[in-house]
Amino acid sequence: MKRLRAIGAFWYDFVVGDDWRVAAVVVVALAATAVLFRAAGVNAWWLLPACVFAALGWSLRRATGKLDR
Amino acid sequence: MTALPLILTVFVACAVEATEALTIVLASGLTREWRSTFQGMAVALVVLAVVVAAVGPALTLVPLASLRLVVGALLAIFGVQWLRKAILRATGYKSLHDEAGAYQREVAAAKAAAVTSRRGVGDWYAFTLSFKGVLLEGLEVVFIVITFGDNQRDLGAAVIGAAAAVLVVAAVGIAVRAPLAKLPENAMKFAVGIMLTSFGVFWGAEGTGVSWPGNDLALLVLVPVVAVVSLGYTMLLRQRPGAGAPGAGPAVARPSGEVVSP
Repeated sequence: MKRLRAIGAFWYDFVVGDDWRVAAVVVVALAATAVLFRAAGVNAWWLLPACVFAALGWSLRRATGKLDR
Repeated sequence: MTALPLILTVFVACAVEATEALTIVLASGLTREWRSTFQGMAVALVVLAVVVAAVGPALTLVPLASLRLVVGALLAIFGVQWLRKAILRATGYKSLHDEAGAYQREVAAAKAAAVTSRRGVGDWYAFTLSFKGVLLEGLEVVFIVITFGDNQRDLGAAVIGAAAAVLVVAAVGIAVRAPLAKLPENAMKFAVGIMLTSFGVFWGAEGTGVSWPGNDLALLVLVPVVAVVSLGYTMLLRQRPGAGAPGAGPAVARPSGEVVSP
C-alpha cells in the first residue's frame, strides 16, 4: 500500500506538477475546442493557446501573491 | 517540419535531464565507489531500454490524432509548469536550481551512509543512488524522445538529439569531473518550457480536429508568441514589490506558501 501510494505520488508529480489548476485548464480547454469543432463546426485553434496563457498568468499570480502578502 | 528544429529541441531538453543525472552519478562515484555506481547506472539503462522497446512500438499503433491529443495535453501541462518555475526563478520568487548545491548535498548524504553489500553489489548505497538518478532522469529523456519523435513520425531525429545531449553532457562531466554548475540551467529550462508549451498547444489542438492557419508553419508564429508572453509575465513580475534578484529565492520573512526546491 505504501509502495502504491509512492508510485501514485511520483506519477502525479511527474504529470501534474506543482499546480493542478494548470492541468485542469489545459484538459477543459482541449475538451471545449473539440466540442466547438465537432458540434458547432468552429475551427477554434485559438482557444487552447488563449487558455494556456491565461492559466500561466493565473498560476504565477497565485504563487507570487502568496509570497507578496 | 524539417528535422533540425526537432533535433535541437530534443537536444536542449535532454541536456537538462542529463545534467541532473550526471550530478547524482558523480556524487555517488567520487564519494562512494565507481564499480557499484556503474552497476546502478547500467541496470537503470537496461530498464530504460525495456521501457523504450515496450512503449515505442506500441505508440506507433495508436492513431495519430489520438496520440497528438494526449501527448499535446501532457506537453502543454509540462511546458507551462517548466515556464512557471523558470519565471519564478528569473524574478527571484524561487531559488535557482543549484547543481553545485545539489552535488554537495548528495556528497554529504553519501559520505554519511554506511557501506553494505547486497546481491553481488559491493556498495548498495552507491548502486541505488546511481540507479534512481539515472532511471528518473532517463524516464524524462525517454518521454521526450518518444513523444516528439513519434508525433513528427521521425523517431530517428529525436534519438539523434537525445544521444548527442547525453554524450556531450557525459563528455564534459568526465572532462571536468564536477557538476556542470556554470550551465545557464534556468535559461535552458525557459527555452525548453517555451518549446514544450508550443508543441503541446499545436499538437493538442490538432488532436481535437481543428486545423491551424498555415498548418505546420503556425509553429513558426506560435513559438515566438509563447516566448513573448512568457517574457512579458517575467517583466510584469519584476515590477512587483516582492520580486528580487534572479534566483534569490523567497525572503526569510515571507510565508513559505511556495515550495522552494533548490
